[in-house]
Amino acid sequence: MSIPIADHIREIPRSGIRDFFEIVQSMEDVVSLGIGEPDFATPWHIREAAIFALERGRTGYTSNLGLPRLRRSISTYVKEHFGIRYEPLSEVLVTVGVSEAIDLALRAILNPGDGVLYHEPCYVSYAPTIVMARGEPQVIQTRDEDAFALRASDLEKAIRPNTRALMLNFPTNPTGATMSPEEMEKIAAVCVKHNLVVLSDEIYSELTFDGGTHTSIVTFPGMKERTVFLHGLSKAFAMTGWRMGFACAPAPLIEAMMKIHQYSILCASIMGQDAAIEALEHGETSVAAMRAEYQMRRNYIVSSLNEMGLDCRSPRGSFYVFPKITSTGLSSREFSMGLLNSKMVAVVPGTAFGKCGEGHVRCSFATGLEQIKVAMTRMAEYCSELRSA
Amino acid sequence: MALMCHWKDNIFTKIKSKSSGWRFQGKVSSARLPSWGALFMMRSMEEIIQLLQKNALMPRDEMARLLNKSKDEVEAAIAALEADGVILGYQPVLNREKWGTNTVTAVIEVKITPERDGGFDRIASRIAKFEEVKSCYLVSGGYDLLIVVEAPNLRAAASFVAEKLSTIDAVQSTATHFRLKTYKENGTFHHFEAASERLAVTP
Repeated sequence: MSIPIADHIREIPRSGIRDFFEIVQSMEDVVSLGIGEPDFATPWHIREAAIFALERGRTGYTSNLGLPRLRRSISTYVKEHFGIRYEPLSEVLVTVGVSEAIDLALRAILNPGDGVLYHEPCYVSYAPTIVMARGEPQVIQTRDEDAFALRASDLEKAIRPNTRALMLNFPTNPTGATMSPEEMEKIAAVCVKHNLVVLSDEIYSELTFDGGTHTSIVTFPGMKERTVFLHGLSKAFAMTGWRMGFACAPAPLIEAMMKIHQYSILCASIMGQDAAIEALEHGETSVAAMRAEYQMRRNYIVSSLNEMGLDCRSPRGSFYVFPKITSTGLSSREFSMGLLNSKMVAVVPGTAFGKCGEGHVRCSFATGLEQIKVAMTRMAEYCSELRSA
Repeated sequence: MALMCHWKDNIFTKIKSKSSGWRFQGKVSSARLPSWGALFMMRSMEEIIQLLQKNALMPRDEMARLLNKSKDEVEAAIAALEADGVILGYQPVLNREKWGTNTVTAVIEVKITPERDGGFDRIASRIAKFEEVKSCYLVSGGYDLLIVVEAPNLRAAASFVAEKLSTIDAVQSTATHFRLKTYKENGTFHHFEAASERLAVTP
């Protein structure tokens, strides 16, 4: 007898990125621009604080919501960096990465069949997470001509009678898209008009370049009461493996999310929480240094890609570039497979992040400059070979 | 740690006793604030210096690409920094376990009596001029000069301390510490952390 798998889980397709990962994994000496995590180890002062906490024997459970001191640090950090004040003891929940926070928020707000809008190309887990929460994923395709920012008119057109929520991710993985305050204000107005709940995943917000500032949708009128602000320490603080995320939202929703979190996870690891306190309270300099480094790599990769004839916009945020490869006459997948097989460079086909990613590939610059240089040289060779063929 | 506390305890007295050579500016007058253009230049100079500190040999066109500038701009900026004496020189960071293994390095704490006219500066420069002295700093705390001495062998190092350094009139006392092993020098680690193994493709 085979164990039956629940229908809604069986129907979720395998992640396109996973297929690609398995091919790359089977090869040796690949230079990978496919990695969605910082190449930096967590800054030493943060690791050292975690070691100190372990030495003091801090190894137990914490409050379900997370350590009170961490929630106060989160509240202060969010106030200082995003300009919104959340009550640390009732409006903040510490989670195992932002992924858990997204899952909790969706499960807490959706009744079976409720629709959730999200913009593609996007992080691979949004649609499956909606499905797992018994919701209906409703996609909005963003456009290359808009630098993959979300148009308020496209949002409004996509709203259906069962639509309950909108998921946002700016700066965006994989496109590096950002939203100007003016554009974001229009999105906010549509959400208020149609009474949508907003789940705003702002994990890349600190990685906003060229001295620019990030504007959260929560800051617009009527938004705080309908928004779940989602953030974490993985990207800006180079803490992916610690799995530290958090959600800030109105108290009744945090209470509902906490109920799920309490019964399924109990609490985030205390080691991670102790490290997160140090990161949020004293990590500013490390974040600025890493951002400066990413910005330089971005400049390098963007100019190299354009020089080899791949049209590439300089992203204002995230650590991804999303060059257009249509000039080669290949599809995203053909281009990526060809590059991998002939030059041993891994980039991720844009289609792994949604249909409208066709014609693009994602290259991460969260990789050391030396590897980026090798990858760019090999990619340039590949492009010129394609052209002369 | 004890040293740190010691340093904090003594910094104020040291500033006082060495005030002859120090200048403090209470506030910056608005007339002397740099213009936006100048601030922008300073920022890119700072970025260039940071790159040079990591790798002074980085090709200038690569530097230009990283900073979104032209190669000429980068070269001009470096030339200006050199001409202004901001950049005094470039040196390799040597692994002493692979090269010059017999060379002896000592850190020497030197207590000196400041002079009525020259303060610490004249004595310090006199000491610094010795070929053996690679670095020389005026410091706060329990002694006055911290010098780093390099000599071909232990005997040479000892004779430098006994015959050259200690015999200077103003030198009251010395305490010599020999280097046993280098872990980090000028920001470069001599023993590296193992690189963490990242997955080749992640979402």
